[in-house]
Amino acid sequence: MPDGPRRNVVQALGAGVLGGIEYFGGMSLLLVKASRRAVLGLFTTREKFSGAGLAEQMVRLGIKSLPIVVLVQVFIGVILALQLTPPLALYGQESQISAIIGVAGFRMLGPIITAVVLSGFAGASIAAEIGTMVVAEEIEAMTAMAINPIRYLVVPRIIATLIATILLAVVADLMIAVGGYITARLVLGPYVYTHYWRYMRDMLVYKDFYTGLIMAAVFGVLVSLIACHEGLKVRGGAEGVGKATTMTVVYSIVAIIISACIFTVIFYVYEL
Amino acid sequence: MVEQKEKSDRNAVIKVTDLVKRFGGRAVLSGVNLEVHPGETMVIMGGSGCGKSTLLRHMIGSIMPDEGSVALFGQDITQLDARGLDEIRKRFGILFQSGALFNSLTVAENVALPMREHTDLDEDTIEIMVRMKLELVGLRYAADLVPAEISGGMKKRAGLARAIALDPEILFYDEPSAGLDPVTSAEIDQLMMDLSRKIGVASVVVTHEMDSAFRIADRMAMLESGRMLKIAPRVEFEQLRDGEPTGDEMTDLMRQFLRGDSQGPITDRRMKGGYEEDILEAAEGKATRRR
Repeated sequence: MPDGPRRNVVQALGAGVLGGIEYFGGMSLLLVKASRRAVLGLFTTREKFSGAGLAEQMVRLGIKSLPIVVLVQVFIGVILALQLTPPLALYGQESQISAIIGVAGFRMLGPIITAVVLSGFAGASIAAEIGTMVVAEEIEAMTAMAINPIRYLVVPRIIATLIATILLAVVADLMIAVGGYITARLVLGPYVYTHYWRYMRDMLVYKDFYTGLIMAAVFGVLVSLIACHEGLKVRGGAEGVGKATTMTVVYSIVAIIISACIFTVIFYVYEL
Repeated sequence: MVEQKEKSDRNAVIKVTDLVKRFGGRAVLSGVNLEVHPGETMVIMGGSGCGKSTLLRHMIGSIMPDEGSVALFGQDITQLDARGLDEIRKRFGILFQSGALFNSLTVAENVALPMREHTDLDEDTIEIMVRMKLELVGLRYAADLVPAEISGGMKKRAGLARAIALDPEILFYDEPSAGLDPVTSAEIDQLMMDLSRKIGVASVVVTHEMDSAFRIADRMAMLESGRMLKIAPRVEFEQLRDGEPTGDEMTDLMRQFLRGDSQGPITDRRMKGGYEEDILEAAEGKATRRR
């Protein structure tokens, strides 16, 4: 028998791995259940699907986060332009800054930063909302009233976040480009801004755009799924709600970055 | 006798048979039987932790028993799938202890929710029906307020309006007078009696408020440590409450509970509670763990 501390390390490791598997399994199960309900609701008459409920969530999760997405993404454009122009100038290529901003923005930064903003804005608010409902026994009441919480709460939130993230990513792409252009006009001078849009168009291909949006869609599902899962598994009052909110943001960001890496490999290493 | 039993079986809207539930090895319910007939008000009484809330949650299908069965409208809900259970759930209403209103919806929207979810009625019809339900509980003026803006008593009434939204055949009440002042509590009791008269539902009320229990009950059931001590018409319990101690421990225990006395078998048992055994058990447990 190993002595105390060593056994505890093994135990902790085992518990951690088991916990991780359980968490991942729980989330996958929720995704399967929600997808089934969504398909039944959207394409059959067996399940009720509330268009009004979806619209409400779209406004709450999508439209309300539009200003902050615009603000953040313009600044991302500004930062890219300011940071990358000097190294390009070393090779006399500062006019190509728009091409770099375009690629970086459309492929990655637009969707990623949007999803990170949404994880704080939409994800945390979903987790807090559903968590509070669990604590107030509203979920139990709902089930006892034969209203399935996955259909009534989870499905509209996931679909709304999915659509919102895609649309916001389009806005984000444009705002990054605009941020770069504003910087060029104000700081970098005519040599950079004269052909800003032309060089960007020459460099960008459709793939840059749609791979970004596919990623945005996946990020949207991840953020809302993690938020709903965290919210539904809240136990123990206000403290539990706070923890769920925090963990939603943490797990969302980790999931976003890891899946972005996976997508980069799929789209640009294996060229699928 | 046998014939009579069969007759009562057929008529029961709720029939709980030999219900056993354990949480972590500890039996919370050990072999509970209960029948509720159409239109009657059955009050389930018992001290904190006696298992009455657990029993209620079995009857509404929130938790499933380890042994035994729970039949609603003649269907064993422990054997039903999710869809079948939902069909049964549409036929009863529940008033939760806290009201359990949805805080993001107004009172009217709360009452409308079951109708929107479970019927194909158009919005105009739903609005009229919501007003009717709110009128029944005297809350029409508060239709557009959200739960945070109304008092505890109003929440209960709103919860009641929601519970009767789909014209249920059974109404479950979980501690309907908990946290209310005596007057509001009496109002809620009156409302429960009115509803049971007006719409003829069977009511199952879980409570430990004896005043309220004796006001509303047709029959009463006494639960203690997961066992059903006595199921009888209200008069019998009234006689028990007002009579002299009998010397029989169980009867006196019920009598103490009904009267709310500070001395009697319940408190005696708690005091005796085997102090020496407790100490010895603790020591023994420690020894076992060390081994």
